[in-house]
Amino acid sequence: MSKRIIVDPITRIEGHLRIEVEVDNNNVIKDAWSSITLWRGIETILKGRDPRDAGLMVQRFCGVCTYSHYEASILACEDAFKVVPPPNARIVRNLINASQYMYDHVMHFYHLHGLDWVDIVSALSANPQKAVDLARSVSPNPYNCSATHYKAVQDRLTKFVKSGRLGPFANAYWGNPSYKLPPEANLVIVSHYLDALQVSKLGGQMMAIFGGKNPHPQSLVVGGISSVMDALDADRIGGYLFRFKELKNFIETAYLPDVLIAATYYKGEGAAGIGGGVKNYLSYGGFPLKDDWSETLLPRGVVKGRDIAHPQKLDEAKITEDVTHSWYKGKEALHPYKGKTDPDYTGYDESGHLKGGEKYSWCKAPRYDGQPYEVGPLARFIVGYAQGHKEIKGLVDSTLAAAGLPVTVLFSTLGRTAARALETKLVADHTESWVNELVANVKGGDDRTWTRCDVPKNSEGRGMTEVPRGALGHWIRIEDKVIGNYQAVVPSTWNCAPRDKAGKRGPYEESLIGTKLANVDQPLEILRTIHSFDPCMACAVHIIDPKTSEIRKFKVA
Amino acid sequence: MGRPKNSQYSETVKKQYRELMERCQVHMEQMDKELPPAREDFQELLKERGVSRRSFIKWTSAMTAALMLPPIFRPMVAKAAENFSRVPVVWLQFAECTGCSEAFLRSSYPNVDDILLDTISLEYHETLMAAAGDQAEANLAKVLTDFPGKFICIIEGAIPEGLDGKYLRIGSKGKTSIEICKEVASKAGAVIGMGSCAAFGNVPAARPNPTDAKGVYGATGIKTLNIAGCPPNAVNITGTVLHYIMFGALPSTDSLGRPLWAYGKRIHDYCERRPHYDAGEYVEEWGDSGAKKGWCLYKVGCKGPYTYANCPKVRFNDATSWPVMAGHGCIGCTEPAFWDTMAPLEKPVEDKTIGGEHTVDQIGAVLTGVAVVGVAAHAGLTAIRHRGDDNE
Repeated sequence: MSKRIIVDPITRIEGHLRIEVEVDNNNVIKDAWSSITLWRGIETILKGRDPRDAGLMVQRFCGVCTYSHYEASILACEDAFKVVPPPNARIVRNLINASQYMYDHVMHFYHLHGLDWVDIVSALSANPQKAVDLARSVSPNPYNCSATHYKAVQDRLTKFVKSGRLGPFANAYWGNPSYKLPPEANLVIVSHYLDALQVSKLGGQMMAIFGGKNPHPQSLVVGGISSVMDALDADRIGGYLFRFKELKNFIETAYLPDVLIAATYYKGEGAAGIGGGVKNYLSYGGFPLKDDWSETLLPRGVVKGRDIAHPQKLDEAKITEDVTHSWYKGKEALHPYKGKTDPDYTGYDESGHLKGGEKYSWCKAPRYDGQPYEVGPLARFIVGYAQGHKEIKGLVDSTLAAAGLPVTVLFSTLGRTAARALETKLVADHTESWVNELVANVKGGDDRTWTRCDVPKNSEGRGMTEVPRGALGHWIRIEDKVIGNYQAVVPSTWNCAPRDKAGKRGPYEESLIGTKLANVDQPLEILRTIHSFDPCMACAVHIIDPKTSEIRKFKVA
Repeated sequence: MGRPKNSQYSETVKKQYRELMERCQVHMEQMDKELPPAREDFQELLKERGVSRRSFIKWTSAMTAALMLPPIFRPMVAKAAENFSRVPVVWLQFAECTGCSEAFLRSSYPNVDDILLDTISLEYHETLMAAAGDQAEANLAKVLTDFPGKFICIIEGAIPEGLDGKYLRIGSKGKTSIEICKEVASKAGAVIGMGSCAAFGNVPAARPNPTDAKGVYGATGIKTLNIAGCPPNAVNITGTVLHYIMFGALPSTDSLGRPLWAYGKRIHDYCERRPHYDAGEYVEEWGDSGAKKGWCLYKVGCKGPYTYANCPKVRFNDATSWPVMAGHGCIGCTEPAFWDTMAPLEKPVEDKTIGGEHTVDQIGAVLTGVAVVGVAAHAGLTAIRHRGDDNE
């Protein structure tokens, strides 16, 4: 007898996600459905507005991926306006984006994902001195590491537990047999959970230096940036660098070693390929090193069927969106420039379950060449590895060697989590070079931060980049100087996609198949795999309807 | 302004303050009995984070003044700070982007506020809580049972009314945000709208408002104190919660439900670029010589003259910056319907009078044309509002 399990709300993500799975008698997941349960319709709202206002508005797709949509929208406009921003603007944008990658990946690992790997209650029984030894075994100079400190963390947690008020840690899955770390490892990572709350604030400050604030910075304009005073100010640049070094230190002496600890104890799951998902990976390329984006730090390309020996070039024309199982009308899969959407909400079935055979999510199903693709740090690293990206290959190979694991371990939940950590290191390794490039450029007498431009009467353009959660594309059509059509295909839309016309599951759904639940009443393993994608639902759901005035008629009176 | 000097008046004020103090004392004693004990010792935490006794006292003085209370309330503010972590908080997320939660998480402020925000007792917050699904829902139910009328409900996000509320459904039963909001917020001791979505609808409610999204008050009639902004400065929560701990009521607000202590003045009034406005020195286009000198951003669309908020004063992220400092005009994100009334964002608003003579209500009516939310003076603390007359 199979059993249907609903997990709603999926917590520790951005937004509103419901997962339903069917498990067999052995508690192994046989089928899965992922459903986004909120629709806001921001692209509808964009229609008729000044294209230069789009960036700030679409930034509000999501406050976790703050900045990401702002940049993608500005890039789409620059493509449509036919304007290239000056080098200083490109560099400052990279610096803002770098701060976003660093604090966001750190926050994801500790605050959103960490508790899927780490049992807080187990940390109470750790021996602090042994925890020091463990931390030193994976890092020569571990972050905030001493028996006294670990003891203090333990005391603090003990007080929490004794008070009976665990707050955000209450009623979770402590003691579940799927937790594999020894108490000392749990203590080390929990202590960094608390440190990371403070450290990630540095990333916010770094973004604010050139962006005005975090989240939702406000210094990008079509053609460049507005924060010219900050970009030309040695004190501001120094302030950025100072905070960056502190954050980088945390990444190198806490985040990476902690992921290595987790990899050591969860390597069985990794080797078994748990959470592998669809076998296709896609990346648009991000962090431009040249003004024309001919060279980027993060790669652009496609790997199909895990065939890392034969990476393919990306063909933008092959991107489409299917709505067969999404709460919208329509039969044909359409390219984003032609994308349209009429809400067609059909609700849940009589027993309160998703109608898996019909429509069941506000998320569309993006496809590349008709196939589901995974995007994100793992996809970037697999594409980069396949293309022979020197640094990516170096990071992957040295880490696998240290953990004694084969390259196939990447195709798993653990691989996804590890790739994100390695990517943070890759971005951090490059950030200082961008600071130096900015300084050299300004010293050389180039103080330009904006290229003059104006709204074209009619035009279209796209902005494609890589943001922390994956490949992000915005497509804009300008008609009579205002927005005629706007479409975003977002990382979480790719990953959270429902089935398509052919019935192929999306990446979340596919990644859950075959996973065994230790305790069918505790969705720990589901959370672990879903969180490894770093879901962001508000981003994923958006629509454009060229004839949008009709939408209100779907209101149920 | 003439202010009454006669002794009868000052007796009245003194009497009002005495009554207020009594009310505060009674309330805090009551709280002491009813709320769970603090999980952590606040003084120890201060020590751990390197805040000296002296700087804590300085902070309490500043906070007392910010809350528009006379100095005799300073010890009560200190005590409220110590009790800050005892108040259970339920944080609900509706049609939102989590930017307000992010702002809360990464707010850093160079003093005690930061520590208070770090110790806030979040009993339910979907982005942060370890439990999911059934266990998460059970946690929420437990707060409603254990602390009815005692917890603070913070709401992030607008409420879609369209499709019978079904543009957003949460939980195994697929409840709409309207249902959840009514169920939870009606049992709370106080309800705070965190951010402009919960306050006024904001992004999802911008024209043509495809999901019929509204702020919490608009959709449910439940009054909220509005920490407006997109996202707001999280530091504006601390004073608000302290006030609640002291009096069992939220502080005085303007007619849009925003606490006066944080939203009482316009951006334009505090702006560091204001002298350039007065001197007629404007940035004409991005990156020009005026931009490099920090001139006024009015001509490239700054909405500071129409926007009530303390951004220039407190700034963001450890007082690192704020949009105008980053050379971009204010977009008016603490005002209702700003995406429509302030657009296009890079152009000055036409036909709007600038000047200090307008009240927020007039400006609000001119700019937004929307009905204002009449939640002024939640607390009915009339004495507080006389203070300005007596103590200029």
